[in-house]
Amino acid sequence: MACTAIAIALLRNLVAVVMLGGIFSLLSAAMFVVLDAVDVAFTEAAVGAGISTMLLLATLSLTTTQEKQPRRPVEKLPAHRQPWLPLAVVAVTGAALVYGSLDMSRYGDPDAITNRHVVPRYIEKTVEETGVPNVVTSVLASYRGYDTLGEVTVIFTAGIGVILLLGTWRRTARRRRERSDAP
Amino acid sequence: MKEHLVLRVVTKFLMPFILLFALYVQFHGDYGPGGGFQAGVIFGSAFILYALIFGVPALQRILPRGILRLGIAGGVLIYACVGVAGLLLGANYLDYSPLAHDPPHGQHLGILLIEFGVGLTVSCVMVTIFVTFAGWRR
Repeated sequence: MACTAIAIALLRNLVAVVMLGGIFSLLSAAMFVVLDAVDVAFTEAAVGAGISTMLLLATLSLTTTQEKQPRRPVEKLPAHRQPWLPLAVVAVTGAALVYGSLDMSRYGDPDAITNRHVVPRYIEKTVEETGVPNVVTSVLASYRGYDTLGEVTVIFTAGIGVILLLGTWRRTARRRRERSDAP
Repeated sequence: MKEHLVLRVVTKFLMPFILLFALYVQFHGDYGPGGGFQAGVIFGSAFILYALIFGVPALQRILPRGILRLGIAGGVLIYACVGVAGLLLGANYLDYSPLAHDPPHGQHLGILLIEFGVGLTVSCVMVTIFVTFAGWRR
């Protein structure tokens, strides 16, 4: 996964970047399977590796497949204009994330604080209360129904946004073109 | 891509299986991995594959824009209406227990219905986004 990420950062051909992004998603899905999170892995494989790669390729077909070259290559920039600040921001953020992960409990620890709050109740009562053996589904659709409603609304909003931005613009442009052609 | 015979035949051969798998993921999500989101994406990707091979106009003949927009809004509406149904039957919003004769069956029915709503919205949004992007010409 690290190799794919570094290759994505270095490449300038955007089609290859999108492809590597899909491979990265597929590797993440494999990682989720190893972590026993099959539902998440399924979503990652279908959405991350499948649809979003497809949509990014469709976007590339509308724009361009090559990343723009900087006017002057980084090596030729004077020392005070080298991108030190972005490097520092990335390094500090990465260090902070690693530092934050040091406090995390061991993976799958039943005594971890996140696994003691509502998790045992969900696992024990799911079949009794909802009749659904898959705990992920019952938590997603029943215990946390509001959250899922919010997620669906987000997807709905995304669809409406795309229709409003691209769908309508195209029709008005065509109408304008027709109107200018008419006289 | 109309001249690629192999791709056309394979697409026609695969379409029903992709759709069937999507339906399996949709309605078997209660028992195995999967659910509305994944099923919606798989269902949508079958139509995206069709549009890739046979072109967007061919897709719009079998799946007109109006139906897609109806599906986008209808899925969210089904989800919200199931919640309101629970409210009218005397429980909290999005509590499915009173939907059937006993709470577990009600929950089961409610989960099935809202997962269907999720799948409908997700698949229609995915196809719409692709069709809008692919049909857009500079």
